[in-house]
Amino acid sequence: MVQNMIEDIRKGNRLALSRVLSQVESGSTAGSDLLEQLFPLTGHAHKIGITGPPGAGKSTLVNALITSLRQLPADPQVAVIAVDPTSPYSGGAILGDRVRMLDLQSDPKVFIRSMASRGALGGLALQTEAFSQVFDAAGYDFVLIETVGAGQSEVDIVNLAHTTIVVDVPGLGDDIQSIKAGILEIADILIINKADHPGADQTLRNLRTMVEMGYQFSQSAKHRLQSPPSQPALQPAPTTAWKPPILKTIAVDSSGIEALRSAILKHAKWLKQTGEWERKDERNIRATLARQISNLLFSNWQSQVDPALMETTIQTVIDRKKSPQDAIRSLLAL
Amino acid sequence: MPNKKIRVLIAKPGLDGHDRGAKVIARALRDAGMEVIYTGLRQTPEMIAEAALQEDVDVVGLSILSGAHNALVPQVINKLKANGQDNVFVFLGGIIPETDIPQLLEQGVRKVYGPGTSTAQVSEDICAAVAER
Repeated sequence: MVQNMIEDIRKGNRLALSRVLSQVESGSTAGSDLLEQLFPLTGHAHKIGITGPPGAGKSTLVNALITSLRQLPADPQVAVIAVDPTSPYSGGAILGDRVRMLDLQSDPKVFIRSMASRGALGGLALQTEAFSQVFDAAGYDFVLIETVGAGQSEVDIVNLAHTTIVVDVPGLGDDIQSIKAGILEIADILIINKADHPGADQTLRNLRTMVEMGYQFSQSAKHRLQSPPSQPALQPAPTTAWKPPILKTIAVDSSGIEALRSAILKHAKWLKQTGEWERKDERNIRATLARQISNLLFSNWQSQVDPALMETTIQTVIDRKKSPQDAIRSLLAL
Repeated sequence: MPNKKIRVLIAKPGLDGHDRGAKVIARALRDAGMEVIYTGLRQTPEMIAEAALQEDVDVVGLSILSGAHNALVPQVINKLKANGQDNVFVFLGGIIPETDIPQLLEQGVRKVYGPGTSTAQVSEDICAAVAER
């Protein structure tokens, strides 16, 4: 059955594709078998992350960008994974990104799938990466991944995407915000959306200063610092560092979108010329393996631990008779 | 651990511009733990069926206040079936005359909710129908 479904999605059967995504999202055994079979077919799609604060215009920008990518002479297939937050109270979610992407409902080479974050932090859902693999294997050329509205530290997208686009808007803070660590520094392309709003030039100046400083730094150290100290970088850093362009857009009327498309294509070319494409793939595989192993070890432990012991141990910690460290030692039977 | 949530598409087919009811239902189903895809105003039956396909939803909720339900609803249902999604629970809300309801139910609408319906009723019906499948 697995093999049939894979053939179906390779042939462009959209219902099969949709059902495979559901299987994968549910974390079922069938979903995991499918992913395993699909994996050899992956590695071709250009994965593009779009992140930024809530209401910055990410979905509208994605809508305009798909339209623009669809006009490329190669007639590429474009998939979108749009992640919105799950309520921490009810477990439900409103997935409202699609409402901005209605121009594309009838294009058979565009597939948009909404996803709830289901408690995952970092701006993506647990299975977002797996979704990108399914689309990749199904033959989609571009996979756009829109994160939840991100604050400062939802930076998981950087491990997944080849190209990370950070969408900023005028009026969100002064130049101190722009020198903090986090979301701005992961950008390969910076967008100032709603550029017709007041303050756009001030935002542009702040971002430009930040990028200039970061660029000088990256010439010497950036890629070395990204590897943990115990793992020296396998390949030397590229000789010409990428300097993130800062583009102004007004996504609702598609202004500035062509410049964005060119920047994306230029970035892809740079990634491939410098070997950074493979390095990103390597970083992503490292991060994915570490995450999946830790999830697996946790769920194994959870299924083996005696619930009664768990409860009594928690109570002894609440009563301050045991320290959390001591509790961990007894629960893990160390 | 398998983790299947109920996925619902809420859409407004046709030309009326009043989406308060649709948004209230979307919010209520969210609070009942469902994942609700909201597609907003002025959708054609093709757009609704395509969104339902891409999102692999269990439920489609349509809100119509314009009086065009007899024309639009069968089109949505036929397109869902044509896409292979005959198992989807379709419900309808809005201003629907009593006399039209039997025909709509026959055409494949599972529930029709008028003004004053409690949101808890809607989510109970959905949970029951999805559990039955």
